[in-house]
Amino acid sequence: MTGERSASFRNPWFTASVGITVAIALVAAVVGFVWLPLAHPGERFKGVWDAICSAAGLVRNAPSGTQIVRADYPTTTVEIEPQMLQGASAESIGRGATLALRCTMCHGARGLSQADTPNLAGQYPVTIYKELVDFKTGARASAIMAPLVADLTDADMRDLAAYYAYLPRVTGSGSSAGEPPRIVASGAPLRGIAPCGACHGEVDSKASAAWLEGQPGIYLRTQIEAFATGARHNDIGEQMRNIARRMTAAEIAAASEFYADRP
Amino acid sequence: MWNSKRLVLAHLWLAFAGFGAALPLGEWQMFIRSPLSAWISDPEWYYRSVTAHGTTMAYVFPTLVAMGFGYFVTEQALKRPLVGLRWAWLGFVLVVIGTIAAIVPVAMGLASVLYTFYPPLIGHPSYYIGVVLVVVGSWVWVALMSINMYRWKRDNPGAPVPFPMFATVAGSYLWAWTAVGAALELLFQIIPVALGLRDTIDAGLARVFFSWTLHAIVYFWLMPTYIAYYTIVPRAIGGRLFSDTMGRIAFILFLIVAMPIGIHHAFEDPQVGSGFKYLHSVFTAIVALPTFLTVFTICASVEIAGRLRGGTGVLGWLKALPWRNPVMLGAALSFVMLGFGGAGGLINMSYQLNATVHNTQWITGHFHLIFGGAIVIMYFVIAYDIWPHLTGRALDSFGLMRAQLWTWFVGMIVLTFPWHWVGILGMPRRMAFYDYTDPAIATQAASVTMSVVGGAILVLSGVLFFVVLVHGMTTQRVQPATYRFSVAVHPPRALPAALNGFGLWLGLMVALTIANYGFPIVHSLATPGTAVPAVKVGERW
Repeated sequence: MTGERSASFRNPWFTASVGITVAIALVAAVVGFVWLPLAHPGERFKGVWDAICSAAGLVRNAPSGTQIVRADYPTTTVEIEPQMLQGASAESIGRGATLALRCTMCHGARGLSQADTPNLAGQYPVTIYKELVDFKTGARASAIMAPLVADLTDADMRDLAAYYAYLPRVTGSGSSAGEPPRIVASGAPLRGIAPCGACHGEVDSKASAAWLEGQPGIYLRTQIEAFATGARHNDIGEQMRNIARRMTAAEIAAASEFYADRP
Repeated sequence: MWNSKRLVLAHLWLAFAGFGAALPLGEWQMFIRSPLSAWISDPEWYYRSVTAHGTTMAYVFPTLVAMGFGYFVTEQALKRPLVGLRWAWLGFVLVVIGTIAAIVPVAMGLASVLYTFYPPLIGHPSYYIGVVLVVVGSWVWVALMSINMYRWKRDNPGAPVPFPMFATVAGSYLWAWTAVGAALELLFQIIPVALGLRDTIDAGLARVFFSWTLHAIVYFWLMPTYIAYYTIVPRAIGGRLFSDTMGRIAFILFLIVAMPIGIHHAFEDPQVGSGFKYLHSVFTAIVALPTFLTVFTICASVEIAGRLRGGTGVLGWLKALPWRNPVMLGAALSFVMLGFGGAGGLINMSYQLNATVHNTQWITGHFHLIFGGAIVIMYFVIAYDIWPHLTGRALDSFGLMRAQLWTWFVGMIVLTFPWHWVGILGMPRRMAFYDYTDPAIATQAASVTMSVVGGAILVLSGVLFFVVLVHGMTTQRVQPATYRFSVAVHPPRALPAALNGFGLWLGLMVALTIANYGFPIVHSLATPGTAVPAVKVGERW
């Protein structure tokens, strides 16, 4: 028994175990890679090899003639990445401050609005940058903003984003909003609505979702309503349009008032 | 011989301490997302708790039980001192450091990614490094199991390796190879991102790597339980092991077919081709073979005991069994849960049937029934059986032990059956909040409430378990008889090399893994544009 070689075709244990395993694997492979794909009624393979490649998971082009649906309006061109626009230089912030002089009429001298336009002070730089680009490309429509951003370069918009992100946020302006309403804290799972707070602060924050606390309530409400009707459509994955469509009027009011009254 | 008593006790105490800490977390999670509790408004607390519960119950608890029990078996089965005692302590220390390193960031809310990691979610690096340390500590154990067996074989040429040792080494090899998938995922994908060296991750590839670990890890958890079925149960009830050979073949089969099957966890993942999903499905089905071999062998062994105790007739031997013996009771309850859990598993491994339960509470019910139920109840039995040999004190509160095992069984059934049910109704898993006021799920409120009751019974049972062990520290000192494992009806005198070593089987295990995982992994690596931005958790603006 000692000295018996287990890895040898003369050892019946080796022959039997390897043989059975290989046989099972081969039969399973023929069924899984050839027979089942070819038996699938919805697939149109060019041959056996095509079926095998498909079953192996190779990336294949869509069948010719497949319609690619494109939006009939301009969509955002900004690709957001983590840590984007972070760590702005003092020069960038300074240039942004100069450029921001043209914004003060509506957005306030230090980014705090008195006119129910968004407070920009302390907003995430990615949000400012994306909205500016979207106004410029027409992905977000605004008769007021469009001419103001028309001559801004990409560097100008990055500098503006750096400047407003650098300004201190609004503090203690509203009354304490108390416990967040259900829609902010929990969303409405059965209607597919994630909690507002999961992306916009209060629970968690996600890249590209705006900081909403202390924004004018009427601005927040009109934006949610614009998403719901599709008038605003610069959320490329339709995440906000899908949420806003399913929100009730009471939920829109509750969320807007809650964020307006923060912090 | 006996120089690892403290070592084994340290492993088991730490294992059960972790279990004791993580158990109430599970019940709290069940409670706060049931209709009995108002919503806590912050899902982060829920996911933090789930991560702590899963990390402790899935990585720390069973690994330490397997290690401690493995060291115990090594000395008792080979009847000589453990080789490498200092290395064993080093492994233990690594597990302790790893556990602390992993749990601290979880407790601080910096790594609420659940124990299955779920990239592109990325938590604090200390969490992942801690998990790696736990695994490295357990690899020390793997090496020691192997070294001890081969030294024994060298000193006893031609003699059959005692079955308990053979099975333990099989379990250790299974774990060594199983852990490689998650180790690759952690070392080459997740940890570089967690450390800030990269900011994107191929989540699809990470899921394939994790599936390599995720299914076979269940068999690693199962190993101490199966070893106890074969080597403790027949002896404890006065019977004989029906077949030593059958046992060896069952463990060998687990070694081979437990590995290349994990992609059935990724049936809904687009990055794996349907052919590989089918292949994994077929090999998953073959796991039924060693399971049925075990069920047959253990039932036959128990029948031998029943007949030796005077039972006659077709079913008369069942009545003659020592039902008041905690080992008998625990094994029987474990088998019932294994039966239900296994039947559910057949649904999970089928591509079409899985589609109806994928990512629902059915899955949570399934793995709690198998692991928390069938497996963990035998961990209790193992502890009850070997404790006097470790402490030198009698463990004599048999009534409490029976109450503990019964409450664990009843609690687990009451917890998991409603979970399976609401899963079929479509309730998703991994959600912190369910709105039972909505008519669509209002009818599930009663089932969820039952699960809360089941969880409470389990917590009670956990308390009873500690009462038994702590009470066992106050009883009179005894000189336990030499520890014995089950003896086979026909003890092996000579075995073919294939049943006395692992070379052939390890070769098959690795070859099958490469066949079933090689292409999906290489394909993911070779496909451009598969990485997605990492989502850091625990960072608040």
